[in-house]
Amino acid sequence: MPLVLDGLQQLELPPVYQLKVLVVNDGSTDRTEAVALAHRVTVLNLPINLGIGGAVQTGFKYAAENYLDLAIQLDGDGQHPPRELIKLINAYEQTGANVVIGSRFIDRKGFQSSVMRRSGISYFHWLNRLFAGVSVYDSTSGFRLFDKKALQFAADNYPDEYPEPESLVLFAKTGLTVKEVPVVMSRRLGGRSSIGKTASLYYMLKVTIAMFFSSIRKI
Amino acid sequence: MARIQIITIIVDALFIAYISRLIIKNKLREEYAIIWCVCTVLLVVFSIWRDGLAVMSRLFGVYEPPNLVFTAFIFAILVYLLHLSVVNSKLQRNITGLSQELALLKEKLNRLEKDKK
Repeated sequence: MPLVLDGLQQLELPPVYQLKVLVVNDGSTDRTEAVALAHRVTVLNLPINLGIGGAVQTGFKYAAENYLDLAIQLDGDGQHPPRELIKLINAYEQTGANVVIGSRFIDRKGFQSSVMRRSGISYFHWLNRLFAGVSVYDSTSGFRLFDKKALQFAADNYPDEYPEPESLVLFAKTGLTVKEVPVVMSRRLGGRSSIGKTASLYYMLKVTIAMFFSSIRKI
Repeated sequence: MARIQIITIIVDALFIAYISRLIIKNKLREEYAIIWCVCTVLLVVFSIWRDGLAVMSRLFGVYEPPNLVFTAFIFAILVYLLHLSVVNSKLQRNITGLSQELALLKEKLNRLEKDKK
């Protein structure tokens, strides 16, 4: 995480943008808070562990409450290099999409993940076309840009567990536009994936069911 | 009155007393207490009315009366479990919302205190 924060703070953005870094500490008892404070960035400390969906949603709530125009979500473990963030902003400026997703699989550059994971992800691609009518290749990517409209929505409606593929169904249903741009991701620098080997089957099943019900749910 | 009837009636009475105690001490919400009270009342009815089970079985077209007991109770338990899952999901959603709000408020408070200094 320190490297990610350094990268973010050294980033040179077009002057119309002002960068505000927010760290969501999802009940960690390690040095997350201290590191974030040492970098003089805003920290949101959740009193208990909510899991990825709840934690990311807290970030959206913060952004929505503070009237920020754009929010970019990226992982703290170094998978999403901060310099790639500019690509998301450029894509937003060019297309005006409500949600921009950084994708590993368009240019096939950088870390590509394992075969098993990729086949799972292509299954989600198919599911997303089925349920949401959008074609997103890297639907599990957590490297995303949200505009004001998408933020307002996500602050109130965001899935709990393994939220990325499912949230796309919700976004499509409310009429938010989603664009994908190629980015280069790296291997995670620290920490472990939240999805182990046995958990991946549960993950697939849960996401399938959740996407199906999201697609028929009224919002 | 057969021995088993007396035993079940005593057990039921104790059970009802325990449930009442829990409600009085505010340890059990009334909405959950209802189902328990209904269950014990049913048990009492069938321990007093010995032929009741056979009559009910004939009514439902079940050959063996004990099968009716198992079917009915398993169904009731399933429904109650589902109800508990719903309650649990609601609690979880509430907790998520509360902790998010708490984190946001704490950050705001910190910021305001810093501004004051």
